[in-house]
Amino acid sequence: MTNLAYIAASYGLAAIAVLGLAGDAWRRHRLARRRLAVLEATSGRRRRG
Amino acid sequence: MDATSPALPSVAPKRGRNLHRFANPGRFLRLSGRVLPWLAICGAVFTLAGLAWGLFVAPPDWQQGDAVRIMYVHVPAAWLASMGYAALAVCAVISIVWRHPLADLAALEIGPVGAAFTALCLATGSLWGKPMWGAWWVWDARLTSVLVLFFLYLGQIALIRAFDNPERGYRAAAILALVGAVNLPIIKFSVDWWNTLHQPDTIHLFGRTTMSASMLDPLLVSALGFTLVFAALVLARLRSAVMERRIRSLLSARARQAEVSA
Repeated sequence: MTNLAYIAASYGLAAIAVLGLAGDAWRRHRLARRRLAVLEATSGRRRRG
Repeated sequence: MDATSPALPSVAPKRGRNLHRFANPGRFLRLSGRVLPWLAICGAVFTLAGLAWGLFVAPPDWQQGDAVRIMYVHVPAAWLASMGYAALAVCAVISIVWRHPLADLAALEIGPVGAAFTALCLATGSLWGKPMWGAWWVWDARLTSVLVLFFLYLGQIALIRAFDNPERGYRAAAILALVGAVNLPIIKFSVDWWNTLHQPDTIHLFGRTTMSASMLDPLLVSALGFTLVFAALVLARLRSAVMERRIRSLLSARARQAEVSA
């Protein structure tokens, strides 16, 4: 395969960008869901969502 | 948006009323919670299938050789860079016309994802340009207009977070998104209006596509996958933003209660 270094760099950058965004979104989502569940449970209100 | 806010006014225009059904955080979280796993799974499957097809099955180009395989990353990233900004402009209209709170939060969360895809488009374009043109960068109309798009994203990201009062940030960023949308047709038609090193469009919605099906098919699968991944990322971030807002609302309600009882 010609120009393999350029191709590998492109696919690698795409993987880093997408996995980075996905990891960040997943961590943030999980943290928010846990904090909300704890707060709603302690404030005695019906959990939404 | 606030879970404790009163019922929405019934005087909103019909379209606005339909949009405001999703302003209820509970309803939004329930609906988006059902959609998100499917978006993420389908996005991952289509992206991996499209990239593997483009990398191992699609033929090399007769002029560019294997470097054409960068297209299966670069072109979807370029499309999503523009589509993301178009989505920002739509959110801006919905925010300004109907004052929909979810549109403001969506604009807050689309910005970083769109900027990342624009950066990916610029970086992969540079990696494609070096072996084909002999240069990492040229001040070509297409490249320059996409660079301007990247700066517009950065401006929107900074502006929407720049005010102590979030409403002012949302309004300022909405205006920037609308003004910046003028760059989208410039990006699209730059290769027709100016003599550019960047190749002209080969895929046309209403005209004849000048690309072999053996390359077009994996490209479309990859583009579909990246689009679903983009949507899943924005939706996950939006859900987090809605939950974080509700957390702030619950904490401030508690603080008020504590003040009253003290």
